[in-house]
Amino acid sequence: MEPESPALQAPGGPPGPALELCGIDKRFGAVHANRSVSLAVSKGSIHGLIGENGAGKSTLMNIVYGFHRADAGEIRVNGRRVEIGRPRDSIEAGIGMVHQHFMLVERFTVLENIVLGAEGGAMLGRGLGEARSGLGRLGRKYGLDVPLDAEAGHLPVGMQQRVEILKALHHRAEILILDEPTAVLTPAEADQLFRMLALLRDQGKTVILVTHKLREIMAITDRVTVMRQGSVVHETATRDTSPKALAEQMVGRAVLLKVEKAPAKPGAGLLEVRNLEVRDRLGVPRVKGASFSLRAGEIVGVAGVSGNGQSELIEALAGIRVPTGGSILLGGQDLARGSTGLNDRRSHGIAHVPEDRLRMGVVASFSAEDNAILGYHARQRFNRSGFMRRRAIREDCAEKMASYDVRPPSPSLRITAFSGGNQQKLVLAREIDCGPSVLIVGQPTRGVDIGAIEFIHRRIVALRDSGKAVLVVSVELDEIMGLSDRILVMAGGEIVGEVPGSEATEEALGLLMAGVKGDASR
Amino acid sequence: MKPADKLPRWAEFGLLPAINLCAALLISGAVIRLIGESPWAAFKLMAAGAFGAQDSIGYTLFYATDFVFTGLAVAVAFHAGLFNIGGEGQAYVGGLGVGLVCLAFGSCSPWLVIPLAIASGCAFGAAWAFVPGWLQARRGSHIVITTIMANFIASALMTYLLVNVLIKPGQQSPETREFGPGAAMPPVHELLARIGISFAPSPFNMASLLALVACALVWAFLWRTRWGYALRVVGQNPQAAVYAGISPERTIMVAMTISGGLAGCLAVNELMGSQHRILLDFPGGAGFVGIAVALMGRNHPVGILAASLLFGALYQGGSQLSFDMPHVNRDMVILIQGLVILFCGALENVFRAPLAALLRPRAARPSP
Repeated sequence: MEPESPALQAPGGPPGPALELCGIDKRFGAVHANRSVSLAVSKGSIHGLIGENGAGKSTLMNIVYGFHRADAGEIRVNGRRVEIGRPRDSIEAGIGMVHQHFMLVERFTVLENIVLGAEGGAMLGRGLGEARSGLGRLGRKYGLDVPLDAEAGHLPVGMQQRVEILKALHHRAEILILDEPTAVLTPAEADQLFRMLALLRDQGKTVILVTHKLREIMAITDRVTVMRQGSVVHETATRDTSPKALAEQMVGRAVLLKVEKAPAKPGAGLLEVRNLEVRDRLGVPRVKGASFSLRAGEIVGVAGVSGNGQSELIEALAGIRVPTGGSILLGGQDLARGSTGLNDRRSHGIAHVPEDRLRMGVVASFSAEDNAILGYHARQRFNRSGFMRRRAIREDCAEKMASYDVRPPSPSLRITAFSGGNQQKLVLAREIDCGPSVLIVGQPTRGVDIGAIEFIHRRIVALRDSGKAVLVVSVELDEIMGLSDRILVMAGGEIVGEVPGSEATEEALGLLMAGVKGDASR
Repeated sequence: MKPADKLPRWAEFGLLPAINLCAALLISGAVIRLIGESPWAAFKLMAAGAFGAQDSIGYTLFYATDFVFTGLAVAVAFHAGLFNIGGEGQAYVGGLGVGLVCLAFGSCSPWLVIPLAIASGCAFGAAWAFVPGWLQARRGSHIVITTIMANFIASALMTYLLVNVLIKPGQQSPETREFGPGAAMPPVHELLARIGISFAPSPFNMASLLALVACALVWAFLWRTRWGYALRVVGQNPQAAVYAGISPERTIMVAMTISGGLAGCLAVNELMGSQHRILLDFPGGAGFVGIAVALMGRNHPVGILAASLLFGALYQGGSQLSFDMPHVNRDMVILIQGLVILFCGALENVFRAPLAALLRPRAARPSP
């Protein structure tokens, strides 16, 4: 995305720093998460903090917010040294944080949520009353309209985020930290958020934007700090840098931002989905009559804001959910009917890399080798009449690690000792090595560092080139556009459009993504 | 547990339990002091009571055998993510299975009766545990609640049967008649006598061998078979289990059935090895001690063996202590056992963080 209009950039030279970090150092056991990090954020500016997963940016912000205590170093707010040992200290110092996963009590009203932590006495009545009038003022000042009496859990995510921001402001935050705020927003909603942030800055607030998305940094920030392996490696005014330069600073070497692939040579149709309908436990339809086909030798991407039925769609295809209607045709057989379950799907040649690795794709307390057979543990290769063939399992895992460049290559190590990228490579190895004809991948590179992203994308393209069909679901538009030969856009549980991969633009996809839920982002 | 609090294996399985045990004994000692007895003398009496003579060793091992069965029962369920509080009731009902076979076929050859009684005890215990398992899997009723309730029902059921149905005619106490000669688990001292070794008589019997076999089988099942793998996946991450094509519902029922079967084996030791009849409340709390044993043994058969020995010794040494010290009664012994359970089970992490900080390699320690 192009940088916003110049009016959004900070006017004039920056006054003194609102927040200064000096020599912050933090270790977790053997992990050196922050290495003597120093950072100054000017008052009334938007400061970007960018880095790969595990670069230490979340740790740093958690120290500022009081979730962790630094081993060494000091924090200054408006030039005055502050001791921050718990979130209350940072709130008192005027720091507010909007977490990636919102910290709202879903069953409380917006007002109750905002007052949480600042109730103003034992009885709620007065606090709530004062908050109501105060919030009215705040809302008008910053254009943050929210229905105060609605139940928080019922609001669309963009609105929930606004509640979080209002909550921070109500707690008199002068410095606002946003951790990956656009992960759940459509491009249009993200733009709206950015306009809101620009307004906050112009009113004198200081904003710190933690993200790994280069285009957000370019679009909104005044200055940017790049972190890598726990250290600050670069700091510059945003207008003096480029996405490519930033990416290289993040990774420490030249990177390809585009996926390299030859044009697809789609063959025969492999998987045919017709009028698929999936309802959740409460009977609410999540996928409403989706129809599409998947051909050999192509990658089909599914774009959409998270929570618009993509998860349910792939879980139905993968056999985790039972569809309530429609059909999934593979080799003339309807998988939606009759036997379900993943074993069945696997025997039909459908492999699945789940969206949320730690929630579903691996067992966190198991070793890498035990995770490398998850779902295939009943196969002859890995057990003889019920007894596990430990040696075969270890050797198989070592082979997978070698061919997928999983580091460190130690099969007996606990899976959580590996970085996200290496975990994902192992999961991908597990699913590709069983020789599927259809691979369903949810969020192929969520929580994965840039180096591993390239590797994973190459493997997916290689699978396509060997004549298999791949369905990719991702909330990262860049990834969808880079990988896919065809793009389906989902909104409100329906497939609202199909765009050839070569012709897709972010604007076009964004419009489609917002099409159905346009009113939600008002 | 924070990742920073991870301990090396030897400390995790050796040092930490030892520290916890010492802390429990320290407080027990203080209490003994308070009532005017010498803690040192008391602990010496306890140790002598548990290990000081052949028959006391026999009793210690006999009690330990009970705890191995119930400890394994808790551990198997735990690996499937289930907290089976119902070992007591499952053992009790298992006793019905054992007892019915022994009463019916007590005059037949032991080679027939013993396997049959073991199988029947397992089956009864398993069936009793299957019900909460089924309720959890198919109806979502919480296993802790249902197994506790099943304990009460088992108790009421057994009381009814012993008072009204199985009672030996013409007697007051609610017990069955004695089992026939074929239904006795051979005591170890008799077997030793046959090969010329004299050992003081005690109820220590061949059910202990069954306990060792059960340990080996549980280990092999959990860590060497694909069903054990599936069971552990369900316990660690039910969603990953669904993803892996494992049915958590079925696995829960299987795990509870195995768990109940193991608990049922307690009756083999108690009834066939010692009591030779079914009597009221014969598990005597061993089902609950099994929870502490499994916790302290880290749900691993080897740890459970060690923890069972400790609790067997506490049990036997404790009863000896209450004999020999005028001011120490049964309640004091229960207090000591309670403290051990408290420190080794519920408070097992109290010393973890300081110990981890102490053992952390210097290089990784935060600079002051």
